[in-house]
Amino acid sequence: MRFMRIFSRNWLLIYASLYVFFLYAPVVLLPLFAFNASSIIAFPLTGFTTEWFSVLLETKALHRAVQNSLVVGLITAVISTILGTCAARAMIRFGFPFKRGIVGFIMLPLVLPEIIVAVALLVLLMQLGFPLSIWSVIGGHVLICVPFSVAILSSAFQGLDKNLEEASMDLGETGWGTFWRIIFPLILPGVISSLLITFTISLDEFIIAFFLTGTEVTLPVYIWSQLRFPAKLPSVMALGTILLAMSVLLLILGEWFRRRSAKRQGLDASSTRGFMQ
Amino acid sequence: MTEQSIIDIRGVHKSFGRVEALKGIDLTIREGEFFSLLGPSGCGKTTLLRMIAGFDEPTSGVVMIGGQSMAGIPANKRPTNMVFQSYAIFPHLSVSDNVGYGLAKKKMSRAEKAEEVNNALAMVDLEGYGERSAHELSGGQRQRVALARALVMKPRVVLLDEPLSALDKKLREQMQVELRALQQSVGITFILVTHDQEEALIMSDRIAVLFEGEIAQLDSPQRLYRQPINQRVASFIGVMNFLEATAEASSGGDLSLTIPALGSVSMHAAQVPEGTDVAAIAQIGMRPEMLTILFDETDKAACESTGEVVGTSYYGDMTYYSVKLSKAEQPVTVSMRNTAGRSIVPPGTAVRLGWGADSIVLFPS
Amino acid sequence: MLSREGRQGLTLISPPLLYALLMLAAPLAMVVTFSFWSQNYLDLDTTITLKNYRDAWTKPIYRVLIMRSLNISIMVTIVTVLLAFPMAYFLSFRVKRHKALWLFLITIPFWTSYLLRVFLWKVILGYNGVLNSALMGLGLIDEPMTFILYNVNAVVITLAHAWAPFAILPIFVALERIDRSLLEAAEDLGDGPVRRFFRVTLPLAMPGVMAATLIVLIPTVGDFITPKLVGGREGLMISNMIQIQFGKANNAPLGAALAITSMVIVASISLVIYMAGRWFRGRTP
Repeated sequence: MRFMRIFSRNWLLIYASLYVFFLYAPVVLLPLFAFNASSIIAFPLTGFTTEWFSVLLETKALHRAVQNSLVVGLITAVISTILGTCAARAMIRFGFPFKRGIVGFIMLPLVLPEIIVAVALLVLLMQLGFPLSIWSVIGGHVLICVPFSVAILSSAFQGLDKNLEEASMDLGETGWGTFWRIIFPLILPGVISSLLITFTISLDEFIIAFFLTGTEVTLPVYIWSQLRFPAKLPSVMALGTILLAMSVLLLILGEWFRRRSAKRQGLDASSTRGFMQ
Repeated sequence: MTEQSIIDIRGVHKSFGRVEALKGIDLTIREGEFFSLLGPSGCGKTTLLRMIAGFDEPTSGVVMIGGQSMAGIPANKRPTNMVFQSYAIFPHLSVSDNVGYGLAKKKMSRAEKAEEVNNALAMVDLEGYGERSAHELSGGQRQRVALARALVMKPRVVLLDEPLSALDKKLREQMQVELRALQQSVGITFILVTHDQEEALIMSDRIAVLFEGEIAQLDSPQRLYRQPINQRVASFIGVMNFLEATAEASSGGDLSLTIPALGSVSMHAAQVPEGTDVAAIAQIGMRPEMLTILFDETDKAACESTGEVVGTSYYGDMTYYSVKLSKAEQPVTVSMRNTAGRSIVPPGTAVRLGWGADSIVLFPS
Repeated sequence: MLSREGRQGLTLISPPLLYALLMLAAPLAMVVTFSFWSQNYLDLDTTITLKNYRDAWTKPIYRVLIMRSLNISIMVTIVTVLLAFPMAYFLSFRVKRHKALWLFLITIPFWTSYLLRVFLWKVILGYNGVLNSALMGLGLIDEPMTFILYNVNAVVITLAHAWAPFAILPIFVALERIDRSLLEAAEDLGDGPVRRFFRVTLPLAMPGVMAATLIVLIPTVGDFITPKLVGGREGLMISNMIQIQFGKANNAPLGAALAITSMVIVASISLVIYMAGRWFRGRTP
């Protein structure tokens, strides 16, 4: 009886805990197997080792893939954030003809299956005789990252009081000067958070990279090729652990900048409470 | 105050799509005066101010500042500076950087700029606040920073868009007096947009009342209050009792008024505004403070009527009585200063009402 | 003639728009064109033909794959949204402090490499996997369960996991937007918790549920990693076939026709769901 009462009062909490367990089940295994001495990915665990991490240090092909992924991620982040800034600014600040249609079209990759984007770009590049390289991957990644950048930056622009720009113009500043002295400093945290998120998305993206990559593969494509070889799996686990740690770090950074942005714009701190309070 | 004009607005129209925000504004604002644009929300007063600042272009007509047409001249090239309703204090800059923002483009040494900033801060009583950041300031202090930031530019005209509406009542009243004093000491033309008639009366040299994109009346505060041009202006600027009346011209320009609710009275020629069309007069107006309840039997007035108190509103220093006159259906509002030793008369009490011809405003039909 | 604002807006949005036209509209147009061509060994035959579409719609293998893709996607969507709703409700109504921390907690797993997450499900669900060894260790089962890997079930579980935050977040946002005084009003007017939930909370959360449904449904159809890793033979989906046509089978025109066919079907289903959502919202008092 007592159990039933506790259950009926807290069933949502119990459900939520089970759900979180479900969400974390695969992720928790990652570090477990990364430090497990056995080369077979199965229970029971046999012992602690850092061997798989040192294997990573010696794999040349991996280093190459990491390098490619970093280049792709960085360039993608910069281009999509610039394009996203333009779109977000236009969307929030100006009214223009066909606005809904244009914005909808730019945001379309968000709901398009990635395989469609990948296939479409592949077909075009094939027809144009454009060789596949990291640049074709960047082209595809920018396309799917721009909507995320627009979403992040439009909330940054939304918080920007239009009067601030007018005040700056009123005090004799030019449009360009207003951008650099007022707008840019105020949306800077949003820009950084957009850079971080788009970088992270590009770093993890597989389907487009798989279709559009040439001889220079990105990290996920490299991981895909390794999944076929059971002997390589433990070091793939180690790699995944490192990637997870890095992503979480980037996310925390991104959140930190978002909170700073809200603070800078003088918004009510409680309405933008983050997780690090 | 000189009579020279600083701003000339000629035949200005403004439409936003199908909505006509301004319907032909002609207006001259004099050098050095404190001018108010007063009206309910949506009357076009803010649009007009933003047009002077250069944030909006008129659909037709011209705005001239210092005799020069401002057509095509953007906000950053105009000799005007604005205090925004939201103050628009740059949140990422310190107080001094906010105040010195507009000086960046001016050819001045660093030390000169710093001095200008300090002078401006001193002018608004914010010495020593320079290093504070914007969100450490109270509402009143933000308002002062915004003002200093405009004044440091030495503009020919300062534009104020509802600058006090975000402050609480007490601070607002204090700032009204301070702003007025500051304007008089610097001698720069101030143009204030407000929907608060009391604020406009307290601060301004002249007031333009706007309704639906048109100027209804442009006058000094006193004339606006005493001689509103029509019933609408009269009720927007304070409370007024309206009563049916007819008039007849009698000897020497005097006016013989018949007010069914109150009685008859003769109005002296000097009190009749010039150009009054006597035959058209259909209504008169009386401010509540121009009617008196004659509490004691010994109290006397030029004219007297009788009535019954039907309601009271107590304001502390004043009491507003609603009095139903014996000869009229609609009660009139009478305001009485509360004095020591006199209690509020309860509803149901019969009272004598005193009034005079000098307080009557005439309205044609 | 354009207003100054209109011109400024268009100028500003033209770089991202041009990019999208160049990298999305043009390629999509190309795919459509492609689907009417045919592959002649190594060359492309550019004569217009409907052969690819005829194949896509009539050959049993493609029909089966398309139907299965839709079935799996719809199943995944229903499971994901149903599982996500109580979680979003919990976050919005029960979590009072550290809401952002909870949200962060929910999104962390999704910043692990997608490939690895799918692979790890294989490790969990496998014959000698984590789940089987745990259940056998506890003595709950005698021999490993085989119905959880290399079939549709595995695909559904894995995808429901993969898309969880995309379902939780829109529903959470919709629930957060509900003015709490509406709920108090409903209670004040005599509704109990259950009636209140169905008469006020759920209708007002509907836009979020719709968004979650579409966000999960559309990309799921396009996934080919999950079916390939955990789906086995009977778990393969249309995207795997598209990938094969563009890869090993070297029949890009057929691949294009399959891609367009599935996209059109998904778009129509999405439209129906969207309209149904609007109809539902319009009807709720």
